[in-house]
Amino acid sequence: MLTAQWLYAMTGCLIVALGLRTALLHAVLLHRLIGVNVMGAGVFLMLIAVAYRGPGVAPDPVPHALVLTGIVVAVSATALVLALARRLTGEQDNG
Amino acid sequence: MADTLIWLVAIPLAGSIATLLLPRQATALVYVAAVATTAVAGTLLYGVGSQGPVSYEIGGWTAGLGIALRADGLSALLLMMSTLVVLAGSVYASAYFSKAAERARFWPLWLLLWTSLNALLLSGDLFNLYVTLELLGLSAVALASLGGTLAAVQAALRYLLVGLLGSMMFLAGVSLIYAGYGTLDLATLARAVEAGPVAWTALALMTAGLLLKTALFPLHFWLPPAHASAPAPVSAVLSALVVKAAFYLVLRLWLDTFADLVTPAAANLLGILGAGAILWGSWRALRTERLKLLAAYSTVAQLGYLFLFFPVLQALPPGPARDAALGGLVILALTHGFAKAGLFLAIGIIQQRSGHDRIRELDGTAQRLPASTFAIALAGVALIGLPPSGAFLGKWQLLAGSFASGQWLWILVTMAGSLLAAAYMFRVLGHAFGHQPYPQRPVTVAREEWPALILTSLAVAGLGLAGAPIWGLLEGST
Repeated sequence: MLTAQWLYAMTGCLIVALGLRTALLHAVLLHRLIGVNVMGAGVFLMLIAVAYRGPGVAPDPVPHALVLTGIVVAVSATALVLALARRLTGEQDNG
Repeated sequence: MADTLIWLVAIPLAGSIATLLLPRQATALVYVAAVATTAVAGTLLYGVGSQGPVSYEIGGWTAGLGIALRADGLSALLLMMSTLVVLAGSVYASAYFSKAAERARFWPLWLLLWTSLNALLLSGDLFNLYVTLELLGLSAVALASLGGTLAAVQAALRYLLVGLLGSMMFLAGVSLIYAGYGTLDLATLARAVEAGPVAWTALALMTAGLLLKTALFPLHFWLPPAHASAPAPVSAVLSALVVKAAFYLVLRLWLDTFADLVTPAAANLLGILGAGAILWGSWRALRTERLKLLAAYSTVAQLGYLFLFFPVLQALPPGPARDAALGGLVILALTHGFAKAGLFLAIGIIQQRSGHDRIRELDGTAQRLPASTFAIALAGVALIGLPPSGAFLGKWQLLAGSFASGQWLWILVTMAGSLLAAAYMFRVLGHAFGHQPYPQRPVTVAREEWPALILTSLAVAGLGLAGAPIWGLLEGST
């Protein structure tokens, strides 16, 4: 079962790398924001893989708590980006 | 004594909520919260000085499951500096924002930024540090966008995306640490950590994220527009405190938690980036046409000096020479905090009174606003590193450490940076003096000019002449 844990952790790393690439290289703001969010999803997947403690044993609750907090932070940050972006497009349309 | 730690987070947080609910009484509430927090921070600094580091377990949960708050000499000093800067900034902002609606938007975010800053400086847990970093970043971005202009919103948006990227990298490092060591508590981690691919990758990821947030050259591209387009009190805390919070974390991780992992090559890399920051930031500050951009580029350069200390500290063996260098690093960071905050406040007054901040058109500012011009000159003394400023002591220790470890490059960079700083500050002062009559009283707008004057005087005279206890406080902290 160790292999399943590794599979999840490596997939998490891959998703982080993909998200990072989009966040760094894309010119369009929305793409970059989605890139950051994808990167976050990869980190959360890694944390969930970390929580696994073997078959029949309850998973470690601490990484789960971290993922929950991380999701809340990511959602609020995304909302702030979108709010600022709306303000920006609104101003550009007016002016 | 340990209770002070929780109050330092609770008072500004309660103030933030209270100002949101009671916008009419907001200014009075901010004053109460600011004075109370300053008193508590002073108590903590005194306590740490007399009894050594303190820690507090929130809700009685021990570290591992609960979150520990800790304060040692380094965090207590930075906390005291940021408290004084925020206190002065609060007085200033109550006059700077003339409309009640502006103040109602400003105060809750201002106190929230302070809350997260205090929480960050006191956290002893990697995940809590991630949360406070995010809170600090979000409140800083919201404050930076308050200028409302197109440029301000654009800069804030870029600042936010860069900050998010930095926090995600930091979080990826944190998850690796938990996978490798099963703990996020910094003190426990310092005992458990050992050199190997997991620890190196984690440290590299966390450091990369933090360098992005502290705007170390060449990752500084987002800083000048964001700091230059924000309202003056916001620019002051962004430049003096927010970038320094990320720097504080780099310092903690490299000198404390992961001290055994740091190789000379890695420390040299930070030193070279710091040297690049000093030369590039100072050069851009010299060439820019706008006063606020000058101050922002000067922040890029001044952060570079702090990173020059890493290779010096790495090369020096533990002992009095290394302790002296560490004290130099801290006093330089504190001086820059006071000086840069005062500089931005003074620039804000000039910008408000004359409607622009173009350096070429400052003619006669010295006659119209003598106190503000004097504050800019004092900030210049601290940024150049002339005696008796705290920066003089800091740079002296940097040079002494470089001599002792034979690292000549840093000496040349420090001298070149100081000359460039002298050039860009004298350029401003040169334009500020024109041929106009002197006013009756030097201080013309008291509530805004005194905070700027006091902060810059603290940087020049306060830390320079009474800086000795800092070395005592830092004993045994890293």
